[in-house]
Amino acid sequence: MIEIENVHKSFGSLEVLKGIDLTVRKGEVVTVIGGSGSGKSTLLTCINGLETIASGRVVIDGTDVHAKSTDLNKLRQKVGIVFQQWNAFPHLTVLENVMLAPRKVLGLPKEKAEEIAVKQLTHVGLAEKLSVYPSRMSGGQQQRMAIARALAMSPTYMLFDEVTSALDPMLVGEVLDTLRMLASEGMTMICVTHEMKFAREVSDRVAFFHQGIMAEIAPPEQLFDAPQHTETKKFLAATH
Amino acid sequence: MFSTALTWSDLAFLAHGAGMTLAVTAVSVAAGTVLGIVFGVIRFQFGPYWSAPLTFALDIFRSVPLLIQLVLGNALQSIAKLGWPPFTTSCVVLSLYTAAYCTEIVRGGIDSVPVNTRRAARSLGMTWWQDMRYIVAPLATRVSLPSWIGLTLGVMKDSALVLWLGLIELLRASQILVTRLQEPLFILLLCGAIYFVISLPIARFGRYLEERWSPND
Repeated sequence: MIEIENVHKSFGSLEVLKGIDLTVRKGEVVTVIGGSGSGKSTLLTCINGLETIASGRVVIDGTDVHAKSTDLNKLRQKVGIVFQQWNAFPHLTVLENVMLAPRKVLGLPKEKAEEIAVKQLTHVGLAEKLSVYPSRMSGGQQQRMAIARALAMSPTYMLFDEVTSALDPMLVGEVLDTLRMLASEGMTMICVTHEMKFAREVSDRVAFFHQGIMAEIAPPEQLFDAPQHTETKKFLAATH
Repeated sequence: MFSTALTWSDLAFLAHGAGMTLAVTAVSVAAGTVLGIVFGVIRFQFGPYWSAPLTFALDIFRSVPLLIQLVLGNALQSIAKLGWPPFTTSCVVLSLYTAAYCTEIVRGGIDSVPVNTRRAARSLGMTWWQDMRYIVAPLATRVSLPSWIGLTLGVMKDSALVLWLGLIELLRASQILVTRLQEPLFILLLCGAIYFVISLPIARFGRYLEERWSPND
């Protein structure tokens, strides 16, 4: 379970998270929507400790992420994150990209790491691209590779940060299909997205962020069809 | 008709000088590169403020002419009664000189690795060291290689200045032959040709590595 309690985060004098409270249970899919600069992406990086927080707590399966005694490298093995930019390691083939962390972080033997990497790449439809370098693939394929790379660590939780935002509209579908597949398999996910149709379809709950505050959180049918907060109504009207 | 008093033993003397040039260059570039990597990582990791004393020290080695550094280095080792032979003094001074330039090459190489790529590595649970070893080092090396090859070739030519410490490298060997045979044009032409021949494989090797890596980028 991911428990976020009264989290505040600032960049200099700009407060980007103003007391966020959110609990995500195992197997749940929560999507986060909202305008640019509303703090959605920052929340994800605070969850896996890539960013520090000013106050509050993020607790994952009983471990306080921002406690000094927490081994963040170990914690990140159970919380995978995929970014808007796929961030492939350009000097490694697709297979090597996915094998690297299982080998070096988990210490798996080469054969086992390769078996896991092939399985995950097949899972996201890239079985034909094992020996290809990322620069030879489309953005959608690279993003699916990034998802396979995170999944190869067998994470308990997956965080997706606008994974389709940097993609050509033609390539968005293939990545969303991969996320749908993960959701249907019961993966616990927090997805920051601008894809409203996708959010409605896969989410157990949808959270709307506005200016660093979680203005509203509700099941998708309620949030999309009967939003309570004025800003949610404005945002949804603007995106339709 | 061309004729020369140069004998086979004179050519062997030049070859010996070229060997010394290669030895001084190899030791200095190897030691300078190791130091440059260490200093470059420190410069990048600690930022401009905390690494200011190191930057200042390295700026001295980059600003003061190498000849002055060699003469001062030799004088200092003498004053300190270290008893270093000219080869050791030359290598120590040239290593620091190389390290000063290599530091900036390394720092620039690390800086060129996108922050998001490093973030992706850390988000997979990699430690700082694993990120440096498996992601930053290969990518930074690709960026830094052309500058490092240029530095190596430069150090090889600059190593001619160690003749002032009495070391008989290629240029000093040529000078001795010029004084004895009075054929400056031919001998210096030969000396230049030898410099070219020993530099060429390094430049070619650098280009080979660049071409080998480029299809993946």
